[in-house]
Amino acid sequence: MSLRDQPALRVILYEGPGAETLEAGERFSTMSALLERGYAVTRTGGEQAVAPADRSSALVLGRFGEGNTPEFSDQNHQSEIRTRDIANLSAAQVADLVETARTELGAARHGEWKPWFPVIDYDRCTNCMQCLSFCLFGVYGVDEERKIQVQNQDNCKTNCPACSRVCPEAAIMFPKYKAGPINGDTVSDADLQKEKMKVDISALLGGDVYDMLRLRSEKARSRFGKERDENKALTERQKCLVKLAQAGDIPPEVLMSLPSPEEIARRAEEAAAKAQAALAWQKAN
Amino acid sequence: MSLPSPNSQPLPDASALPVPSFAPPPPPRSSGDGNRILYCHCQYAQVVPREVKETVLRRLCQEGVAFEAVADLCEMAARHDPALHRLAADGALKIAACYPRAVKGLFHQAGADLPAASTEVINMRVQPAEEVLSALLGSEIKPNLPVKESRPNESASRTSEPRTS
Ligand code: SF4
Ligand code: SF4
Repeated sequence: MSLRDQPALRVILYEGPGAETLEAGERFSTMSALLERGYAVTRTGGEQAVAPADRSSALVLGRFGEGNTPEFSDQNHQSEIRTRDIANLSAAQVADLVETARTELGAARHGEWKPWFPVIDYDRCTNCMQCLSFCLFGVYGVDEERKIQVQNQDNCKTNCPACSRVCPEAAIMFPKYKAGPINGDTVSDADLQKEKMKVDISALLGGDVYDMLRLRSEKARSRFGKERDENKALTERQKCLVKLAQAGDIPPEVLMSLPSPEEIARRAEEAAAKAQAALAWQKAN
Repeated sequence: MSLPSPNSQPLPDASALPVPSFAPPPPPRSSGDGNRILYCHCQYAQVVPREVKETVLRRLCQEGVAFEAVADLCEMAARHDPALHRLAADGALKIAACYPRAVKGLFHQAGADLPAASTEVINMRVQPAEEVLSALLGSEIKPNLPVKESRPNESASRTSEPRTS
Protein backbone atom coordinates (compact mmCIF):
# COMPACT_ATOMS: atom_id res chain seq x y z
CA MET A 1 0.00 0.00 0.00
CA SER A 2 1.44 3.39 -0.93
CA LEU A 3 1.96 6.04 1.71
CA ARG A 4 -0.98 8.05 0.46
CA ASP A 5 -3.46 5.23 0.65
CA GLN A 6 -2.98 4.54 4.32
CA PRO A 7 -5.83 5.97 6.41
CA ALA A 8 -4.92 8.41 9.16
CA LEU A 9 -6.08 8.43 12.77
CA ARG A 10 -6.86 11.68 14.56
CA VAL A 11 -6.50 11.55 18.32
CA ILE A 12 -8.48 14.06 20.36
CA LEU A 13 -7.58 14.71 23.97
CA TYR A 14 -10.95 15.94 25.17
CA GLU A 15 -11.21 17.95 28.38
CA GLY A 16 -14.51 19.68 27.75
CA PRO A 17 -17.93 19.22 29.34
CA GLY A 18 -18.47 15.68 30.49
CA ALA A 19 -14.78 15.00 31.09
CA GLU A 20 -12.35 15.76 33.89
CA THR A 21 -9.51 18.15 33.22
CA LEU A 22 -5.98 16.77 33.30
CA GLU A 23 -3.34 18.35 35.47
CA ALA A 24 -0.82 20.29 33.28
CA GLY A 25 2.03 17.84 33.89
CA GLU A 26 -0.15 14.86 33.01
CA ARG A 27 -1.37 16.62 29.90
CA PHE A 28 2.21 17.24 28.83
CA SER A 29 3.34 13.67 29.42
CA THR A 30 0.28 12.28 27.62
CA MET A 31 0.75 14.58 24.63
CA SER A 32 4.49 13.80 24.52
CA ALA A 33 3.91 10.04 24.65
CA LEU A 34 1.44 10.23 21.77
CA LEU A 35 3.62 12.50 19.64
CA GLU A 36 6.59 10.24 20.17
CA ARG A 37 4.53 7.38 18.76
CA GLY A 38 3.81 9.48 15.69
CA TYR A 39 0.21 10.56 16.31
CA ALA A 40 -1.45 13.87 15.56
CA VAL A 41 -3.33 15.06 18.63
CA THR A 42 -5.96 17.74 19.06
CA ARG A 43 -6.08 19.06 22.62
CA THR A 44 -9.33 20.73 23.41
CA GLY A 45 -11.27 21.90 26.39
CA GLY A 46 -14.18 22.86 24.22
CA GLU A 47 -13.53 26.55 24.78
CA GLN A 48 -11.53 27.45 21.72
CA ALA A 49 -11.51 26.72 18.02
CA VAL A 50 -9.74 23.68 16.68
CA ALA A 51 -9.80 22.29 13.18
CA PRO A 52 -13.00 20.48 12.24
CA ALA A 53 -13.42 16.80 11.53
CA ASP A 54 -12.06 15.30 8.35
CA ARG A 55 -12.50 11.91 6.79
CA SER A 56 -9.95 10.29 9.13
CA SER A 57 -11.11 8.10 11.95
CA ALA A 58 -11.08 9.87 15.28
CA LEU A 59 -10.28 8.54 18.70
CA VAL A 60 -11.54 10.71 21.56
CA LEU A 61 -9.65 10.29 24.81
CA GLY A 62 -10.94 11.72 28.06
CA ARG A 63 -11.30 11.14 31.75
CA PHE A 64 -14.95 10.35 31.61
CA GLY A 65 -15.28 8.16 34.67
CA GLU A 66 -16.74 4.69 34.75
CA GLY A 67 -19.97 4.32 32.84
CA ASN A 68 -20.07 7.98 31.83
CA THR A 69 -18.31 7.84 28.49
CA PRO A 70 -20.34 10.12 26.26
CA GLU A 71 -21.31 9.58 22.66
CA PHE A 72 -19.59 11.65 19.99
CA SER A 73 -20.66 11.98 16.43
CA ASP A 74 -19.66 13.66 13.22
CA GLN A 75 -22.49 15.58 11.62
CA ASN A 76 -21.14 14.89 8.17
CA HIS A 77 -20.83 11.19 8.85
CA GLN A 78 -17.33 11.23 7.43
CA SER A 79 -15.44 9.99 10.42
CA GLU A 80 -15.67 6.90 12.49
CA ILE A 81 -15.42 8.15 16.07
CA ARG A 82 -14.38 5.98 18.99
CA THR A 83 -14.00 6.98 22.61
CA ARG A 84 -11.70 5.69 25.31
CA ASP A 85 -11.74 6.49 28.99
CA ILE A 86 -8.20 7.31 30.15
CA ALA A 87 -8.98 7.78 33.85
CA ASN A 88 -6.22 6.28 36.01
CA LEU A 89 -3.98 5.51 33.04
CA SER A 90 -0.35 6.59 32.79
CA ALA A 91 0.89 8.39 29.66
CA ALA A 92 2.52 5.18 28.41
CA GLN A 93 -0.70 3.24 28.96
CA VAL A 94 -2.64 5.86 27.02
CA ALA A 95 -0.18 5.53 24.15
CA ASP A 96 -0.56 1.74 24.21
CA LEU A 97 -4.33 2.07 24.18
CA VAL A 98 -4.14 4.36 21.13
CA GLU A 99 -1.80 1.94 19.42
CA THR A 100 -4.33 -0.85 19.93
CA ALA A 101 -7.13 1.30 18.49
CA ARG A 102 -4.92 2.21 15.52
CA THR A 103 -4.38 -1.46 14.75
CA GLU A 104 -8.10 -2.19 15.03
CA LEU A 105 -8.93 0.67 12.69
CA GLY A 106 -6.25 -0.32 10.20
CA ALA A 107 -4.78 3.20 10.32
CA ALA A 108 -1.26 4.07 9.23
CA ARG A 109 1.60 2.93 11.39
CA HIS A 110 4.13 5.63 12.11
CA GLY A 111 7.87 5.66 12.47
CA GLU A 112 8.76 2.97 9.94
CA TRP A 113 10.05 5.45 7.42
CA LYS A 114 12.08 8.60 7.99
CA PRO A 115 10.17 11.29 6.14
CA TRP A 116 13.01 12.45 3.93
CA PHE A 117 12.03 13.69 0.49
CA PRO A 118 12.37 16.76 -1.72
CA VAL A 119 9.93 19.62 -1.39
CA ILE A 120 9.70 21.98 -4.34
CA ASP A 121 9.51 25.72 -3.80
CA TYR A 122 7.20 26.60 -6.69
CA ASP A 123 7.87 30.29 -6.14
CA ARG A 124 11.36 29.59 -7.43
CA CYS A 125 10.95 26.58 -9.71
CA THR A 126 11.12 27.29 -13.46
CA ASN A 127 10.12 23.78 -14.49
CA CYS A 128 13.46 23.13 -16.16
CA MET A 129 13.30 19.36 -15.43
CA GLN A 130 16.91 19.05 -14.29
CA CYS A 131 15.75 17.24 -11.17
CA LEU A 132 13.57 14.81 -13.10
CA SER A 133 16.37 14.00 -15.47
CA PHE A 134 18.85 13.57 -12.61
CA CYS A 135 16.97 11.35 -10.18
CA LEU A 136 17.46 7.63 -10.75
CA PHE A 137 14.80 6.55 -8.31
CA GLY A 138 11.63 7.88 -9.89
CA VAL A 139 10.93 10.39 -7.13
CA TYR A 140 9.95 13.09 -9.61
CA GLY A 141 7.28 13.09 -12.26
CA VAL A 142 5.05 15.59 -14.01
CA ASP A 143 1.38 16.39 -13.61
CA GLU A 144 -1.11 16.57 -16.46
CA GLU A 145 0.17 20.04 -17.32
CA ARG A 146 3.73 18.73 -17.37
CA LYS A 147 4.61 20.61 -14.25
CA ILE A 148 7.31 19.04 -12.12
CA GLN A 149 6.03 17.17 -9.09
CA VAL A 150 7.39 15.04 -6.31
CA GLN A 151 5.43 11.87 -6.85
CA ASN A 152 7.11 9.04 -5.00
CA GLN A 153 8.40 10.46 -1.74
CA ASP A 154 9.22 7.11 -0.25
CA ASN A 155 11.55 6.23 -3.15
CA CYS A 156 13.89 8.99 -2.02
CA LYS A 157 17.18 7.93 -0.44
CA THR A 158 17.28 8.96 3.21
CA ASN A 159 19.65 11.84 3.97
CA CYS A 160 20.62 12.26 0.32
CA PRO A 161 20.13 15.84 -0.89
CA ALA A 162 21.83 15.33 -4.27
CA CYS A 163 18.98 16.56 -6.48
CA SER A 164 18.87 19.86 -4.60
CA ARG A 165 22.42 20.43 -5.86
CA VAL A 166 21.44 20.12 -9.49
CA CYS A 167 18.54 22.57 -9.25
CA PRO A 168 19.70 25.81 -10.86
CA GLU A 169 17.14 27.84 -8.90
CA ALA A 170 17.77 26.54 -5.37
CA ALA A 171 14.12 25.47 -5.47
CA ILE A 172 14.51 22.01 -3.95
CA MET A 173 14.29 21.79 -0.19
CA PHE A 174 14.77 18.95 2.23
CA PRO A 175 13.19 20.35 5.41
CA LYS A 176 15.18 17.98 7.62
CA TYR A 177 18.54 18.89 6.07
CA LYS A 178 21.09 20.49 8.36
CA ALA A 179 21.85 23.70 6.47
CA GLY A 180 20.27 26.41 4.38
CA PRO A 181 18.98 27.05 1.86
CA ILE A 182 18.27 23.33 1.37
CA ASN A 183 16.47 23.18 4.74
CA GLY A 184 14.08 25.93 3.64
CA ASP A 185 16.05 28.89 4.93
CA THR A 186 15.91 32.01 2.77
CA VAL A 187 17.88 31.77 -0.46
CA SER A 188 20.59 34.41 -0.34
CA ASP A 189 22.23 36.11 -3.30
CA ALA A 190 25.35 34.14 -2.50
CA ASP A 191 23.40 30.88 -2.73
CA LEU A 192 22.02 31.92 -6.06
CA GLN A 193 25.44 32.85 -7.37
CA LYS A 194 26.54 29.34 -6.47
CA GLU A 195 23.60 27.91 -8.36
CA LYS A 196 24.34 30.08 -11.34
CA MET A 197 27.87 28.77 -11.39
CA LYS A 198 26.31 25.32 -11.54
CA VAL A 199 28.30 23.98 -8.66
CA ASP A 200 26.56 20.70 -8.83
CA ILE A 201 28.02 17.32 -8.18
CA SER A 202 28.79 16.59 -11.80
CA ALA A 203 30.67 19.88 -12.19
CA LEU A 204 32.58 19.24 -9.02
CA LEU A 205 33.67 15.91 -10.34
CA GLY A 206 34.69 17.41 -13.63
CA GLY A 207 32.25 15.44 -15.71
CA ASP A 208 28.98 13.67 -15.79
CA VAL A 209 28.09 12.16 -12.49
CA TYR A 210 26.71 8.98 -13.99
CA ASP A 211 29.80 8.48 -16.17
CA MET A 212 31.78 8.85 -13.02
CA LEU A 213 29.60 6.33 -11.25
CA ARG A 214 29.89 3.88 -14.11
CA LEU A 215 33.65 4.18 -14.13
CA ARG A 216 33.93 3.79 -10.38
CA SER A 217 31.59 0.89 -10.39
CA GLU A 218 33.38 -0.91 -13.25
CA LYS A 219 36.74 -0.46 -11.57
CA ALA A 220 35.30 -1.67 -8.32
CA ARG A 221 33.77 -4.64 -10.08
CA SER A 222 37.02 -5.72 -11.75
CA ARG A 223 38.70 -5.48 -8.37
CA PHE A 224 35.95 -7.55 -6.81
CA GLY A 225 36.67 -10.29 -9.36
CA LYS A 226 40.18 -10.75 -8.04
CA GLU A 227 39.38 -9.94 -4.48
CA ARG A 228 38.63 -12.82 -2.18
CA ASP A 229 38.29 -10.89 1.02
CA GLU A 230 34.88 -9.29 0.75
CA ASN A 231 35.46 -6.83 3.55
CA LYS A 232 38.58 -5.52 1.89
CA ALA A 233 36.72 -5.18 -1.39
CA LEU A 234 34.01 -3.25 0.32
CA THR A 235 36.53 -0.86 1.84
CA GLU A 236 38.02 -0.32 -1.59
CA ARG A 237 34.69 0.45 -3.09
CA GLN A 238 33.92 2.84 -0.28
CA LYS A 239 37.22 4.65 -0.86
CA CYS A 240 36.36 5.04 -4.52
CA LEU A 241 33.13 6.70 -3.64
CA VAL A 242 34.37 8.99 -0.90
CA LYS A 243 35.08 11.88 -3.21
CA LEU A 244 31.70 11.61 -4.82
CA ALA A 245 29.99 11.43 -1.46
CA GLN A 246 31.85 14.45 -0.13
CA ALA A 247 31.22 16.52 -3.21
CA GLY A 248 27.50 16.08 -3.13
CA ASP A 249 27.04 15.40 0.58
CA ILE A 250 25.59 12.06 -0.48
CA PRO A 251 25.59 9.40 2.23
CA PRO A 252 28.02 6.60 1.28
CA GLU A 253 25.32 4.01 1.85
CA VAL A 254 23.27 5.62 -0.89
CA LEU A 255 26.12 5.32 -3.34
CA MET A 256 26.83 1.78 -2.22
CA SER A 257 23.25 0.83 -2.93
CA LEU A 258 23.23 2.14 -6.49
CA PRO A 259 22.24 -0.40 -9.12
CA SER A 260 24.60 -1.86 -11.71
CA PRO A 261 26.20 0.50 -14.27
CA GLU A 262 23.85 -0.83 -16.97
CA GLU A 263 20.84 -0.21 -14.78
CA ILE A 264 22.09 3.28 -13.94
CA ALA A 265 22.44 4.00 -17.65
CA ARG A 266 18.98 2.66 -18.37
CA ARG A 267 17.32 4.64 -15.62
CA ALA A 268 19.21 7.82 -16.47
CA GLU A 269 18.09 7.53 -20.08
CA GLU A 270 14.52 6.90 -19.02
CA ALA A 271 14.52 9.92 -16.70
CA ALA A 272 16.11 12.14 -19.34
CA ALA A 273 13.53 11.01 -21.90
CA LYS A 274 10.70 11.88 -19.51
CA ALA A 275 12.21 15.31 -18.94
CA GLN A 276 12.71 15.90 -22.68
CA ALA A 277 9.13 14.89 -23.39
CA ALA A 278 7.79 17.26 -20.73
CA LEU A 279 9.92 20.13 -22.06
CA ALA A 280 8.83 19.44 -25.64
CA TRP A 281 5.20 19.47 -24.51
CA GLN A 282 5.76 22.80 -22.73
CA LYS A 283 7.27 24.33 -25.85
CA ALA A 284 4.43 23.11 -28.04
CA ASN A 285 1.70 24.39 -25.71
CA MET B 1 -17.79 21.05 8.41
CA SER B 2 -19.14 20.62 11.87
CA LEU B 3 -20.33 18.11 14.37
CA PRO B 4 -23.71 18.10 16.06
CA SER B 5 -24.68 19.30 19.48
CA PRO B 6 -27.24 17.35 21.52
CA ASN B 7 -30.18 19.36 20.22
CA SER B 8 -28.96 18.90 16.62
CA GLN B 9 -28.08 22.55 16.19
CA PRO B 10 -24.93 22.69 14.11
CA LEU B 11 -22.00 24.26 15.86
CA PRO B 12 -20.20 27.16 14.25
CA ASP B 13 -17.69 25.84 11.78
CA ALA B 14 -14.45 26.65 13.49
CA SER B 15 -15.40 25.10 16.78
CA ALA B 16 -16.33 21.81 15.27
CA LEU B 17 -15.43 19.38 17.97
CA PRO B 18 -17.00 16.15 18.82
CA VAL B 19 -19.14 17.05 21.82
CA PRO B 20 -20.72 14.59 24.19
CA SER B 21 -24.33 14.10 23.30
CA PHE B 22 -25.47 15.13 26.76
CA ALA B 23 -23.36 18.27 27.03
CA PRO B 24 -24.28 21.79 26.00
CA PRO B 25 -22.39 22.94 22.91
CA PRO B 26 -19.14 24.69 23.73
CA PRO B 27 -18.93 28.41 23.00
CA PRO B 28 -17.79 29.04 19.44
CA ARG B 29 -14.27 30.20 20.20
CA SER B 30 -12.31 32.14 22.74
CA SER B 31 -13.49 35.73 22.78
CA GLY B 32 -9.99 37.10 22.13
CA ASP B 33 -8.33 36.14 18.89
CA GLY B 34 -9.61 32.94 17.31
CA ASN B 35 -6.20 32.05 15.94
CA ARG B 36 -5.60 28.36 15.94
CA ILE B 37 -2.29 26.88 17.06
CA LEU B 38 -0.42 24.05 15.36
CA TYR B 39 2.66 22.60 16.99
CA CYS B 40 5.00 20.29 15.06
CA HIS B 41 7.08 17.89 17.17
CA CYS B 42 9.53 17.09 14.33
CA GLN B 43 9.63 13.56 15.63
CA TYR B 44 11.76 11.92 12.96
CA ALA B 45 14.77 14.24 12.95
CA GLN B 46 16.89 16.15 15.41
CA VAL B 47 16.75 19.47 13.63
CA VAL B 48 14.60 21.31 16.17
CA PRO B 49 16.44 21.64 19.51
CA ARG B 50 14.86 19.28 22.02
CA GLU B 51 14.71 21.87 24.79
CA VAL B 52 12.86 24.31 22.53
CA LYS B 53 10.28 21.68 21.54
CA GLU B 54 9.80 20.59 25.11
CA THR B 55 9.50 24.07 26.54
CA VAL B 56 6.97 25.08 23.91
CA LEU B 57 4.86 21.95 24.32
CA ARG B 58 5.00 22.12 28.11
CA ARG B 59 3.83 25.73 28.15
CA LEU B 60 1.02 25.05 25.71
CA CYS B 61 -0.12 22.30 28.06
CA GLN B 62 0.18 24.58 31.08
CA GLU B 63 -1.76 27.41 29.46
CA GLY B 64 -4.70 25.08 28.90
CA VAL B 65 -5.27 26.41 25.39
CA ALA B 66 -6.78 24.34 22.61
CA PHE B 67 -4.16 23.36 20.07
CA GLU B 68 -3.26 20.86 17.41
CA ALA B 69 -0.05 18.92 17.87
CA VAL B 70 1.39 16.77 15.12
CA ALA B 71 4.26 14.36 15.40
CA ASP B 72 5.88 15.31 12.12
CA LEU B 73 4.46 17.62 9.47
CA CYS B 74 6.88 16.22 6.91
CA GLU B 75 5.47 12.74 7.37
CA MET B 76 1.90 14.02 7.14
CA ALA B 77 2.72 15.91 3.95
CA ALA B 78 4.22 12.79 2.38
CA ARG B 79 1.03 10.92 3.22
CA HIS B 80 -1.20 13.76 1.96
CA ASP B 81 -2.89 13.45 5.35
CA PRO B 82 -6.42 14.91 5.20
CA ALA B 83 -5.67 16.71 8.46
CA LEU B 84 -3.51 19.14 6.51
CA HIS B 85 -6.56 20.20 4.52
CA ARG B 86 -8.63 20.94 7.58
CA LEU B 87 -5.73 22.79 9.17
CA ALA B 88 -5.10 24.90 6.08
CA ALA B 89 -8.72 25.55 5.26
CA ASP B 90 -10.06 26.86 8.47
CA GLY B 91 -8.92 30.42 9.14
CA ALA B 92 -6.07 32.05 11.00
CA LEU B 93 -3.33 29.64 11.95
CA LYS B 94 -0.07 29.97 13.86
CA ILE B 95 2.36 27.15 13.19
CA ALA B 96 5.34 26.34 15.39
CA ALA B 97 7.63 24.26 13.17
CA CYS B 98 10.65 25.25 11.09
CA TYR B 99 11.35 27.55 8.11
CA PRO B 100 8.24 29.20 6.65
CA ARG B 101 9.41 28.38 3.11
CA ALA B 102 9.62 24.68 3.98
CA VAL B 103 6.27 24.62 5.76
CA LYS B 104 4.56 26.40 2.87
CA GLY B 105 6.10 23.92 0.42
CA LEU B 106 5.06 20.91 2.49
CA PHE B 107 1.41 21.98 2.67
CA HIS B 108 1.40 22.83 -1.02
CA GLN B 109 2.90 19.48 -1.94
CA ALA B 110 0.14 17.80 0.06
CA GLY B 111 -2.46 19.72 -1.97
CA ALA B 112 -3.43 21.88 1.01
CA ASP B 113 -2.26 25.44 0.35
CA LEU B 114 -1.91 27.61 3.43
CA PRO B 115 -3.66 30.98 3.18
CA ALA B 116 -0.87 33.58 2.97
CA ALA B 117 -2.99 36.29 4.58
CA SER B 118 -3.67 34.37 7.77
CA THR B 119 -0.77 32.03 8.41
CA GLU B 120 2.21 32.74 10.63
CA VAL B 121 5.03 30.21 10.86
CA ILE B 122 7.27 30.39 13.89
CA ASN B 123 10.64 28.75 13.44
CA MET B 124 11.65 26.51 16.35
CA ARG B 125 14.92 25.65 14.60
CA VAL B 126 16.26 29.15 15.16
CA GLN B 127 13.97 31.06 17.52
CA PRO B 128 14.28 30.67 21.29
CA ALA B 129 11.37 29.03 23.09
CA GLU B 130 10.22 32.25 24.76
CA GLU B 131 10.00 34.01 21.41
CA VAL B 132 8.10 31.09 19.92
CA LEU B 133 5.67 31.10 22.81
CA SER B 134 5.01 34.80 22.81
CA ALA B 135 4.23 34.60 19.09
CA LEU B 136 2.01 31.55 19.55
CA LEU B 137 0.09 32.81 22.56
CA GLY B 138 -0.16 36.47 21.61
CA SER B 139 -3.42 37.63 20.13
CA GLU B 140 -1.82 39.24 17.10
CA ILE B 141 -1.04 37.20 13.99
CA LYS B 142 1.84 38.24 11.76
CA PRO B 143 1.44 36.46 8.43
CA ASN B 144 4.89 35.61 7.09
CA LEU B 145 4.68 33.01 4.34
CA PRO B 146 7.19 33.85 1.60
CA VAL B 147 5.74 35.22 -1.61
CA LYS B 148 6.96 34.75 -5.13
CA GLU B 149 9.41 37.38 -6.25
CA SER B 150 10.25 37.89 -9.89
CA ARG B 151 13.87 37.23 -10.66
CA PRO B 152 15.84 38.31 -13.70
CA ASN B 153 17.16 34.85 -14.63
CA GLU B 154 13.73 33.26 -14.64
CA SER B 155 13.03 33.21 -18.37
CA ALA B 156 16.56 32.10 -19.18
CA SER B 157 16.42 28.97 -17.05
CA ARG B 158 12.94 28.11 -18.22
CA THR B 159 14.43 27.09 -21.53
CA SER B 160 17.47 25.24 -20.23
CA GLU B 161 17.69 21.66 -21.33
CA PRO B 162 18.00 18.79 -18.92
CA ARG B 163 21.34 17.06 -18.81
CA THR B 164 21.35 13.74 -20.55
CA SER B 165 23.36 10.77 -19.45
S1 SF4 C 1 15.57 21.43 -11.11
FE1 SF4 C 1 14.68 23.00 -9.77
S2 SF4 C 1 13.87 24.58 -11.16
FE2 SF4 C 1 14.23 22.73 -12.38
S3 SF4 C 1 12.24 21.64 -12.38
FE3 SF4 C 1 13.45 20.78 -10.69
S4 SF4 C 1 12.84 22.02 -8.92
FE4 SF4 C 1 12.17 23.16 -10.71
S1 SF4 D 1 7.88 20.65 9.12
FE1 SF4 D 1 9.89 21.21 9.89
S2 SF4 D 1 9.69 20.98 12.11
FE2 SF4 D 1 7.98 19.85 11.20
S3 SF4 D 1 8.71 17.74 10.88
FE3 SF4 D 1 9.17 18.80 8.99
S4 SF4 D 1 11.29 19.54 9.29
FE4 SF4 D 1 10.51 19.03 11.32
